[in-house]
Amino acid sequence: MDFLRPAGWEEALAAKAEHPTAVPIAGGTDVMVEINSDRRRPEYLMDLNRVGDLLEWEVGEDSVRLGASVPYTRIMENLRAELPGLALASHTVASPQIRNRGGVGGNLGTASPAGDAHPVLLAAGAEVEVESVRGKRLIPIDAFYTGVKRNALEPDELIRAVRVKKADGPQQFSKVGTRNAMVIAVCAFGLALHPGSRTVRTGIGSAAPTPIRATAAEEFLNAALDEGGFWDNGKIITPAVAKQFAVLCSAACDPIDDVRGTAGYRRHAVGVLARRTLTWTWESYRGARHTTEGAA
Amino acid sequence: MAADGAPTRLAQGTRTKGGIGESTLRPDGTLKVTGEFAYASDMWHEDMLWGQILRSTVAHAEIVSIDTSEALAQAGVYAVMTYDDLPTDVRHGLEIQDTPVLAHGRVRHHGEPVAVVAADHPETARRAAAKIKVEYRELPVVTDEASATAPDAIVVHENRTDHHAAHVPHPNIVHRQPIVRGDADGAARRADVLVTGDYFFGMQDQAFLGPESGLAVPAEDGGVDLYIATQWLHADLRQIAPVLGLPEEKVRMTLSGVGGAFGGREDLSMQIHACLLALRTGKPVKIVYNRFESFFGHVHRHPARLHYEHGATRDGKLTHMKCRIVLDGGAYASSSPAVVGNAASLSAGPYVIDDVDIEALALYSNNPPCGAMRGFGAVQACFAYEAQMDKLAKELGMDPVEFRGINAMEQGTIMPTGQPVDSQAPVAELLRRVKARPMPPERQWESSEGTDVRQLPGGLSNTTHGEGVVRGVGYAVGIKNVGFSEGFDDYSTAKVRVEVVGGEPVATVHTAMAEVGQGGVTVHAQIVRTELGVGQVTIQPADTRVGSAGSTSASRQTYVTGGAVKNACELVREKILDLGRRRFGTHHPAWATAELLLEGGKVVTDGGEVLADLADVLGDEAIEVEEEWRHRPTEPFDRRTGQGNGHVQYSFAAHRAVVEVDTELGLVKVVELACAQDVGKALNPLSVLGQIQGGTVQGLGIAVMEEIVVDPETAKVKNPSFTDYLLPTILDTPTIPVDVLELADDHAPYGLRGVGEAPTLSSTPAVLAAIRDATGLALDRTPVRPEHLTGTA
Repeated sequence: MDFLRPAGWEEALAAKAEHPTAVPIAGGTDVMVEINSDRRRPEYLMDLNRVGDLLEWEVGEDSVRLGASVPYTRIMENLRAELPGLALASHTVASPQIRNRGGVGGNLGTASPAGDAHPVLLAAGAEVEVESVRGKRLIPIDAFYTGVKRNALEPDELIRAVRVKKADGPQQFSKVGTRNAMVIAVCAFGLALHPGSRTVRTGIGSAAPTPIRATAAEEFLNAALDEGGFWDNGKIITPAVAKQFAVLCSAACDPIDDVRGTAGYRRHAVGVLARRTLTWTWESYRGARHTTEGAA
Repeated sequence: MAADGAPTRLAQGTRTKGGIGESTLRPDGTLKVTGEFAYASDMWHEDMLWGQILRSTVAHAEIVSIDTSEALAQAGVYAVMTYDDLPTDVRHGLEIQDTPVLAHGRVRHHGEPVAVVAADHPETARRAAAKIKVEYRELPVVTDEASATAPDAIVVHENRTDHHAAHVPHPNIVHRQPIVRGDADGAARRADVLVTGDYFFGMQDQAFLGPESGLAVPAEDGGVDLYIATQWLHADLRQIAPVLGLPEEKVRMTLSGVGGAFGGREDLSMQIHACLLALRTGKPVKIVYNRFESFFGHVHRHPARLHYEHGATRDGKLTHMKCRIVLDGGAYASSSPAVVGNAASLSAGPYVIDDVDIEALALYSNNPPCGAMRGFGAVQACFAYEAQMDKLAKELGMDPVEFRGINAMEQGTIMPTGQPVDSQAPVAELLRRVKARPMPPERQWESSEGTDVRQLPGGLSNTTHGEGVVRGVGYAVGIKNVGFSEGFDDYSTAKVRVEVVGGEPVATVHTAMAEVGQGGVTVHAQIVRTELGVGQVTIQPADTRVGSAGSTSASRQTYVTGGAVKNACELVREKILDLGRRRFGTHHPAWATAELLLEGGKVVTDGGEVLADLADVLGDEAIEVEEEWRHRPTEPFDRRTGQGNGHVQYSFAAHRAVVEVDTELGLVKVVELACAQDVGKALNPLSVLGQIQGGTVQGLGIAVMEEIVVDPETAKVKNPSFTDYLLPTILDTPTIPVDVLELADDHAPYGLRGVGEAPTLSSTPAVLAAIRDATGLALDRTPVRPEHLTGTA
């Protein structure tokens, strides 16, 4: 195994072009496990830790450009206001030691259905900034996950950053695991309210071959919120609407039975998480409206 | 050649205080928490090779062929060995020698050792092992009682000659122990209520953090020096030497740093493999398992199916109990026979039941071998009988603690085996104490700053802010035997030496006791300080140059090796006093007339008068005693009736569990596990607390998460990693208020009772009872998983 250590981004792109099989490593959360357990023997391993740009983030007018290697700890500490869903998800990643090293780029690179960042990136409508010596492109998150542990990257491309719109409404993330910390997802759910566009977006983890959105559930809820004038009147979402939303989120799942949980449980739990996160975000939205109205 | 990482002497400091009853600190404690302690996996030797074991990829198969040529051809490989390369004996085993050193013609479980490789780098060894071609012809798998005892069942071990073979109803039953006392059927007619239940207890792993490891160094005399993390040096030695074709004195074993054991190091793991490779290559060989291999490298806790029937009268008196306990021993016997004996003899729990009909047995199957783990057969039974007690109380409309209290055993109660309980048995009192504790406050997740998800089921995963959460409370109590039972000659050996160094008396203790974290190194020094009044005590590394200490298991080391150290100290004291009488007897009449003690480095009378400095008495003489010590003998259980005085001592603990259950998601937060335990005498109160907390959490683990999952179709292990075999984290660990009773057992040294296992018994059923209380579900299996609480299994 050859170890490539590019000193900067351009050098990394050149190396990746020359060795398209090279496996990039930053925090090593997934890659080191695979190497240590002998499940993976890449011909080339490319250490991105000298590429300082990847550790930086920029908060722009409307969105955040988050470097691929920005550790989860930094996201929790510095971007809670801008990216509340991702900050919540970051807090559920493994242990403090791993959160100090791991970042979203690795989650996207591995593209495991169990990756903790995926549901919130789907719910937020993120874009993945990828680059090769041929140029740069933005991949919408909806098009990023292409199969079990497969993504839309070309062999010569590297993940540079994720662009996520700053939250314009409440976001939530919930993950089911069978212990109360440091646990891989049995299933997970992300929800973001977008009052600006009057839409709701979802993300489901570990309940289908790839991270997915519950699009039928979103469409149902968008229509229901619209019809009832909920965005304007801030009324409590009726239990029937919340229940139907949960049912549709469950129905979006395509889970398997495995040692971590049954397919039936995953479907059930995603429904519960959908209903709860909808309640939490909507209550938060209503509270914010009241506060704003009160101040005005 | 010198081995780095071998243990060093642990100086105990020079204070004369620090005797028994004080919370002296562990000499290895700071080293361990700062990462400085040398564990077995840290050992290194110049010119050392690395061993790697090739394990079977299937559970049950004939081995058609093994081709090692490609592995041998790899650069850096020094040796590849299979069954055909074994010098002499080919099997080992704790009770029954049925375990092949390397598989011969057949593998019986997933992960069975087939070949070993030595190479100059661990990665080279691993790759070479992967190049060994083994052709398997798969056989049907025996996975449960039905497939084991079917008329056409494949016999896992043909032509058994072990001492149980002639007495079992089927060759796939390792051992069966009935216990019949009174007339259960007759007594059942007196019962106003009858409850039955079928329970399942999952396969738990010891999951010690320091994986199996050791270093074998070939010696010039043709023997071998083995540095090893184990629980019992001499039992290893007895099994290793015959396989190597060496007399025991040529296999010299030294305990290296042990990172936890819990029963999982009672059986051999890589000991013989490392020695074989060292003798074959003439070079030191180190073997370290990784976590994946560790899941295959040691026995687990027996999974069990338990059927129980209890009856009670309307006023809450138990009438009778019938039970049948089927333990899955897996492919090799390990300690299954003794686990059967425990499960059977302790199956009635700490209750007065005069009429019992009990049967316990262990199967041979193609599942992973199971053997010793903290609680040893008593754990599985306790889970079931405590569920039964709650069912009975409910049926009778009684409070579960009150109901248990009515039936609680006490001193004088007769066990199902006919053996009287001849020391304190404060069962009702332990329950009363945990029940009397104030309840933890409700809704602790609510604060002025919002919701603290760490206080809720799901924790940081943010699954509830209180929705669906219901509190439940449950109680349980258990009984565990201390020490080895059923007539086993359970002794230990201690060598104690006292001499003057630099003008000060110093003591040295040498035993073969495996310090696996239980705190024997602290306790031995405390005993010496108390008995000999010598402040400075050195604990020698444990090795086979001194006699056997027996196993660090069965909650027995403080009792038995502690007893051996105390006994050796008493003999040393007599010699010192004899010396003093010879040297100074004429100086003071008290030498001849008074009861004399050794305290604070001096010879004193029981009235407190100082007669001489210990240093002056000793002069330049060293006093040394090595002596074996035994607890009271026990008897085997009768094969048909199970009658016999089989146990030495019992240990009791009770728990109250308070849980919050997210009833919609099936997630559990254990809020509090209050424990009360009688320890007879707390030699080191801090260590006692640690044992009780640790046992409590290990019991919580099997209640809500820990389980090795074996595929019932293939008998292959599905989750051999810490990603999918979950252990409790600190966020899963509740507050554990502990109430320690010290009611002396007059038969035991200082009146002490073994501590380590009892809290593991009652913790699990208490948590299950609390979850049942919260959910109203029957829950007949442990661990309970979210799908069992949500109807989505």
